[in-house]
Amino acid sequence: MDKVTLLATIKEVVAPYTKNPEALATLNEDTDFIRDLKINSANLVDVVLDVEEKFNIVIDNDSMEKMINVRSAMEVVENKLAAP
Amino acid sequence: MTITTILEKLPYGEPFLFVDTLEYIDEQKVTGSFTFRPEMDCYKGHFKGYPVTPGVLLTEVMAQIGLVCLGIYLTGGPEGMSFGLTSTQVEFMRPVLPGEKVTVTGEKIYFRFGKLKCRVMMTNAKGEEVSSGEIAGMIVQPVRNS
Repeated sequence: MDKVTLLATIKEVVAPYTKNPEALATLNEDTDFIRDLKINSANLVDVVLDVEEKFNIVIDNDSMEKMINVRSAMEVVENKLAAP
Repeated sequence: MTITTILEKLPYGEPFLFVDTLEYIDEQKVTGSFTFRPEMDCYKGHFKGYPVTPGVLLTEVMAQIGLVCLGIYLTGGPEGMSFGLTSTQVEFMRPVLPGEKVTVTGEKIYFRFGKLKCRVMMTNAKGEEVSSGEIAGMIVQPVRNS
């Protein structure tokens, strides 16, 4: 999967959980889930579960803790897709 | 874990304990019941001259039985940990009057990364659906005022 598609898919996943439409509109690799998108920690769990479903991967606790921004989420997904 | 142990580990006390007993529990599902005592304070004002159980208390019964009891069963109710309510999405179909016994069934949707989300349904003594929805909570460190 190319980076553009990956970024667009992550944007789609986080959209229902964000409280900041402006940060969503300008979402990029540096966008932070909590600081920029204002997603609370409980909903962050749902974001991770939706990412799992969307990409058909399983995310472990260590990877979940790394997923604090769009870049790290993309890395986790790419790694899981490369070595399931 | 036995039902008696779960009831002992519940963090609630009077007047905010809304679990009388559990009828069943396993890793997926819990069933329990509570009877709203007619002398409860809320009936004096909800409503004036026409006592009906407030929806927030129906939600609380659903959360205590359908979410917290299952959470204690799944985690073993570790010392020093607590559950924080994170979301409720509940519909109410029928009123519950003073003295009515309700039965709550909670089914796990997921328990991942410390968050438990359940599909919870409440029925009255006739078996009619009173309310239903989805409730979620997370394991948190207890918050205490210093």
